[in-house]
Amino acid sequence: MPRPKTFQHFRDVQEELGRSGAAIFRDANGVESLVIDSPYSIHYIHSYAEDSPFFLALAEGKLLGSRCTNPSCGFVYATPRGHCMVCGRPTEWKELPRKGRVHSWTTCQFGSEAFLKETPYNLAMIEFEGAGSLLLVRLKDCVQSDLYVGMPVEARFASDPKYSITDVWFVPSK
Amino acid sequence: MVSGGVTKFAKAHPAMDFRLMVKKAYDQAMAEVPNLTKDRITGTRVSYFSDHFSRQLKAASMVQDYLGLNPKGSVRIEWGGATGGECFQAAYEAVASGRMDVCLAAGYETMSRVATWKGNEFIALASDTNFDFPLGGFYTGYYALMVVRHMYEYLRLTKFAHVKDEREAQRLAIAEGQRIMSWVSVKNHINATHNPYAQYPKRLTVQDVLDSEMISYPLTREQICTMSDGAATAILCTESVAKELTDRPIRITGVGTGTDTMRLADRPFGSVPLYPHEKPKDYEHLPYPGVHSFRAGRSAGLEACRMAGITNPLRELDFIELHDAYASSEIQTYEDLGLCKYGEGYDFTLSGAPFLKNIDYGLDVPRAGQMPVNPSGGLIACGHPVGATGLMQAVFAFWQLQGRIKQHFGDPTLQLRNPRRGAIHSHAGTGSAVTVSILERGF
Repeated sequence: MPRPKTFQHFRDVQEELGRSGAAIFRDANGVESLVIDSPYSIHYIHSYAEDSPFFLALAEGKLLGSRCTNPSCGFVYATPRGHCMVCGRPTEWKELPRKGRVHSWTTCQFGSEAFLKETPYNLAMIEFEGAGSLLLVRLKDCVQSDLYVGMPVEARFASDPKYSITDVWFVPSK
Repeated sequence: MVSGGVTKFAKAHPAMDFRLMVKKAYDQAMAEVPNLTKDRITGTRVSYFSDHFSRQLKAASMVQDYLGLNPKGSVRIEWGGATGGECFQAAYEAVASGRMDVCLAAGYETMSRVATWKGNEFIALASDTNFDFPLGGFYTGYYALMVVRHMYEYLRLTKFAHVKDEREAQRLAIAEGQRIMSWVSVKNHINATHNPYAQYPKRLTVQDVLDSEMISYPLTREQICTMSDGAATAILCTESVAKELTDRPIRITGVGTGTDTMRLADRPFGSVPLYPHEKPKDYEHLPYPGVHSFRAGRSAGLEACRMAGITNPLRELDFIELHDAYASSEIQTYEDLGLCKYGEGYDFTLSGAPFLKNIDYGLDVPRAGQMPVNPSGGLIACGHPVGATGLMQAVFAFWQLQGRIKQHFGDPTLQLRNPRRGAIHSHAGTGSAVTVSILERGF
């Protein structure tokens, strides 16, 4: 059997792995290492569990937060949680307004591997009237130079839901 | 602490797996204390962040057996980006509790085993996978969100309060913030030119940093640490054993930790926990921590300082090695650690206080040397092999306090004059966990 090809640059090793699945890396001291391609793929059976109603509501064009059931607390979470962080009591679902304001924002030129094809994309944390916490979303139909803290925005929902947080996004309010 | 070791951090060490990297850092530490034989090591604490990177579960067991330390006790420590700092404190606790006489803390990460953007995915899996990850899976994006708000609170509402047009005022604030963040990048990269263990030593200018590739607005490439391979070790023991092993022991006088919510969206808008030199009036109208500051960092700093008897960190510490995964988080951390008040981090940077006195940065730094921060070069320039990083800081701080920077770096430039007390600071995802440890000369 022939030996795998030898490379001095690790980047070339990575390219070779994509082609033939094996390569030898020789470092500056002449030390050789055999490097192989080692793929890994998993399908998780992921349950949204107590967060399920939020994702089901997105598919119906509704944005659900949660409100603490303790009358003396009543904290409203824009990103829902099953139990209150302040007093520990259970929360109940509460529909959020479709309009909010940008609390902070960024435009990403990169992302992790699965999202590189979507770049550039905007992220924004949204504040809602009557809620004590925020919601992280994508901000669409606008570019970096349009964005600012305090910008009024409103929700849009996917017509073909994927049952992901990306089923909701925000756009500048007209 | 009686000894430490660290491998040179690099983009990739394909000729070494994690066991060999740790072995090298271990041998280096053991060589410094010839009276310490392996049989006197009571046990170990071993840290690495992600099982995904090595695709080898229970890898810490393989470190333990490669070092020949079976059947001694060991446990793996993982706490996101603060993994190394937590490992250091776990070893401290093992000794301080009386359970061990000598404890080895060893940490590593081999991040080169996947492509950079896959690596970013593995890191972002340490964010909420229901609500945060599916939006981009990108930690740099999260830190950018935080610093945009930080610039809004502390530049837009102060320095640029006079600008009437809201959007123009915010643009000016961000431009000013970017310029000041670049100072941090320049400082850490230039410091690292005197540290042979650093991954990216280079002489940069503020303009170089601003001109480098935009990653997540307003953070550019040179303001962000990179993926690394590397390992580091620290040997901790009781005071009586320490005196047998070295004439320059370093005492750990304070440890602190803090946490915050995993999701940025859940961070409260409450009030600031205060250092003794601060007053409630200082922060009357500041919603805290929001997404602009690291409450976990403040909590960790307060606990560590209280334990070490420090009331004013700026006056009572001689240097800090802190977790500058982003230039932005270094500035935010100045405030968390009480080196200046919240809102003063940008001016503190421009004052030059965190710079070294004897290095020419090409910048006007009148207060240089007041509180050297990341004299080693920090994560931005040294690299960030997660499980090793907090221990790397411990090793550099240890050599600094021993007065042995020249011996280990082959260059005396980064040796501070007679430092007696320093702090190390390790930080996990968006500030969801932070550790601070205080080290003092014990001789």
